Amino acid sequence: MTRALWVLAVLLSHWRRHPMQLATLLVGLISATALWSGVQALNQQARASYDRAAATFGGARSATLVGRDGATFPQQLFVDLRRAGWPVSPMLEGRVTIGGRSIRLLGIEPITLPAETTATPEIGRAGVQAFLMPPGQTLLAPETLAELALPEGATPEIAGAGTLPPLRMQRQLVPGVLIVDIGVAQRLLHLPNRISRLAIGKTGGARPPLKAVAGDQLRLVEPEAETDLQRLTDSFHLNLTAFGLLSFLVGLFIVNSAIGLAFEQRRPMLRTLRACGVSSRMLNSVLLLELVSIALVAGLIGLVCGYLIAASLLPDVAASLRGLYGADIPGQLQLKPQWWLAGLAISVFGAVAAATASLVKAARLPLLVAAQPYAWQQAQHRWLRWQGAAALLVFASAVGFLGFGDSLTAGFAVLAALLLGAALALPVILGGVLALGERLTRRPLTTWFWADSRLQLSGLSLALMALLLALAVNVGVGTMVESFSRTFTGWLNGRLASEIYLNAASDAQAGEIKAWLAHRPEVTAVLQSGRADVQIAGLPVELLGFADHDTYRDQWPLLDSSAGAWDRVKTGNAALISEQLSRRLKLSLGDRIQVPLTSGPWSLDVVGIYADYGNPKGQLGVVVDALFQRFPYIPRTRFGLRVMATAVPQLMTDIQQRFGLDGRNLADQATVKAESLRIFNRTFAVTAALNAFTLGVAGVALLTSLLTLSNSRLPQLAPLWAIGITRRRLAAIELLKTMSVALITSLLALPLGLSVAWCLIAVVNVKAFGWRLPFTVFPLQLLQLLGVAMLAALLASLLPIIKLLRMQPARLVKIFADER
Amino acid sequence: MLTVRHLTKSYRSAQEQVAVLRGVDLDIAAGESVALTGESGSGKSTLLHLIAGLDQADGGEVRLGDTVVTALPDAARAAMRRDRLGLVFQQFNLIPSLSVADNLAFQSRIVGRHDAAWQTELIERLGLALLLKRYPEQLSGGQQQRVAIGRALAAKPLLLLADEPTGNLDEATADEVLGLARDLVARTGCGFLMVTHSARLAATLDRRIHLHSGLIA
Repeated sequence: MTRALWVLAVLLSHWRRHPMQLATLLVGLISATALWSGVQALNQQARASYDRAAATFGGARSATLVGRDGATFPQQLFVDLRRAGWPVSPMLEGRVTIGGRSIRLLGIEPITLPAETTATPEIGRAGVQAFLMPPGQTLLAPETLAELALPEGATPEIAGAGTLPPLRMQRQLVPGVLIVDIGVAQRLLHLPNRISRLAIGKTGGARPPLKAVAGDQLRLVEPEAETDLQRLTDSFHLNLTAFGLLSFLVGLFIVNSAIGLAFEQRRPMLRTLRACGVSSRMLNSVLLLELVSIALVAGLIGLVCGYLIAASLLPDVAASLRGLYGADIPGQLQLKPQWWLAGLAISVFGAVAAATASLVKAARLPLLVAAQPYAWQQAQHRWLRWQGAAALLVFASAVGFLGFGDSLTAGFAVLAALLLGAALALPVILGGVLALGERLTRRPLTTWFWADSRLQLSGLSLALMALLLALAVNVGVGTMVESFSRTFTGWLNGRLASEIYLNAASDAQAGEIKAWLAHRPEVTAVLQSGRADVQIAGLPVELLGFADHDTYRDQWPLLDSSAGAWDRVKTGNAALISEQLSRRLKLSLGDRIQVPLTSGPWSLDVVGIYADYGNPKGQLGVVVDALFQRFPYIPRTRFGLRVMATAVPQLMTDIQQRFGLDGRNLADQATVKAESLRIFNRTFAVTAALNAFTLGVAGVALLTSLLTLSNSRLPQLAPLWAIGITRRRLAAIELLKTMSVALITSLLALPLGLSVAWCLIAVVNVKAFGWRLPFTVFPLQLLQLLGVAMLAALLASLLPIIKLLRMQPARLVKIFADER
Repeated sequence: MLTVRHLTKSYRSAQEQVAVLRGVDLDIAAGESVALTGESGSGKSTLLHLIAGLDQADGGEVRLGDTVVTALPDAARAAMRRDRLGLVFQQFNLIPSLSVADNLAFQSRIVGRHDAAWQTELIERLGLALLLKRYPEQLSGGQQQRVAIGRALAAKPLLLLADEPTGNLDEATADEVLGLARDLVARTGCGFLMVTHSARLAATLDRRIHLHSGLIA
């Protein structure tokens, strides 16, 4: 044991003498662990929230009975089933508007609620009385209470339906839902004696077949291991995981580079240790022990950094998930012990994986072979041919996935294969370009420039691969986001055609406002709108009612439409369908869609398809009069006003003063657009942050590679210095070399990045969100990124170059003294 | 103490098998110092490496005390080097990240035979007292070789093997370093086998043997 400790002390002494190398190794491991663990923390937090949501009062984790056509069904069926011995509990779900905000309302019946379906045991026992007895309670999560900006005990007014029972906070609840007694829900939703679904308890006992009790009116939905939200948000989490993995790999490139160089520098030491009688087994065991110890320390620091990263990104992730999928995530990070253990494990695994080549070399270290500081580089040259072949194979698999795959996973597989193939091909391409340069030059110094760049290439290739990947992902994601941004802005201009948007507090107030507006000559049109939520084929669908007006006919951005589409919509028998819903339900023009209603299905012909970016729900656009006819109880409080542009500010002031509407209920077009763009930008804030992190880590990888290489470069540079080339000129040549390979890498990253963007837009987005954007190239953005990459390369080169410029001649002379 | 019998070793070069040692016999008694000379490529260093267990012989036997070195597996040869041998190289082979003091103590510590009094004596006799906190790169060649000798003798080995220990040193420094090595070897009573090109230095040891074309001449 003492012997092993002594050997460990000797090995560790290397890091004491080379603190920069140790820092490099730690930076690599910390970056890799932090980014990976940070992303995992975000995913874990989101998944825990989905589980909470699913477990709340008979979500997808419990078996349920639902109406055959997805609509509500009579309460009598619940009574019949209970009498027949079915352990069912009724629930009614809908949406209510409080202060202009639309919130999910869930009515439950706590007495019959099966224990396994509830996430709030308090209701099931002591709290039942308070919950049921007047005035009753409205249970909600702290986040929802904060969102409503109301105190506990408040009884908010529901537009057109009376007041809610006093609000009561319940920490276990998922945000974005209000829980009330089912009787209250039936009153507020204007659905007396109706039920949305029946949760089924697990209590056994004989019970008659469902058909015998309920006929064909109900169908059984089995509990699911995976919730709808999980399925919907899989692509987002896959995207996060992909970024985490990419950053992890880039971090490991740094680790590999640092450990590889440390091994080369320690090779004589290892041989001396072996010559002094340290057995190969002990030496390798201690090397592994040293690595694991460093990985554990770095892992702990990485985990703390990962926690901070996750905590800082969580609000944006929550905003993205809410904006894209309507999923609510609490704003406070809660992590399980497994996360910490997994983080340490991934740090150790990463370190061992990155060090495998060096550990194998150490295990096979011949005792008597003369020191070959660059043998590893030469060995890498031999691998280049294999690497080229592997790159071709990976590219071929990308083409295969593109041609034959039809899923989101296949889309990500294309992306992964594209990036991996390019990374593998990079050293081969760079080697070819540098060899060509060497062949085309005649002057000795220029020939040396190309030849030495090739020699340096093997030491730099991993860092350059990291730079290529980070840049390509930046170009890809940047192009996708910019394409999205342009399309979204254009689309928003079409969709937000009214000059003023208004949401009255009640139907009565809406009537007063309309009557008042009729006497305002500057108002050219009052466009009534309305919304209702339904379920079609198990998917949540929003019915959007709009007025039949030239504003929509002229400006609504339709992707495709049948002849006379607007006239047919006006009849109430046809609808426009959002792009994502048409893809999800595989509906095209001329198809018919059935909207389940209590009074029987509403058949609508699909006559137009429109873009509806950023909406997590599918949407059907129908004429508002037809909507109100089928959904008589939905609020009629929303409308847009067409007003002469110059009259907008004065009219807004007048409405505010006369009807007491605040900013939440009254907004001009510019405000709504700005808010929409703000939400849009926040949606991509996480992507942008992870993009920047990845590029930053790639920059560090390049810096560390150059720093570690700079020491081993002296034997190449000293002879040139000796024959009369000044240190200043040598430094300039070194800088030029690094910048040349970085430039070639960056130029290669551009087409690769555009391919990534195309893949994201044409494959991944379509599968993940259901919409396809036009693919646009933004040359200025590409130039900017190229500039950033070159700046990163310049910054990374500067430190080694300054070291060389300031190097004392004695140090260079010593190279000759040490030559053997 | 050291017995070498019929030792053979060959290497495969690009096209052919080259016999480096073709049946070497050698004996060294405890306390005896022997110089091994010969032209470049005569097999001097190979013989030293085989004795040290750094390489494996093709045939013959190396016996150190009662241990047949040539029959030992790799781990046991490492243990034998650690416990019974001291090695000094032309390249010094100090551990660059350890100070002079730590380099000196290194082998005796991993053997578990650290003797503070003997360590102090070595430091004094090798003239290293003022250099203990320095690192190898801050020392001259002669100073580095003195540290290497100190490290090799710190664990009081049975046999000190030195491969051209003065090859990188000027004549005066070489004389000084070898003088110190001889004194310390005499003090410990261990055997001493030194490979050298210098007939002058070889003449200062008890016995000189010459290797020619893989055989003792």
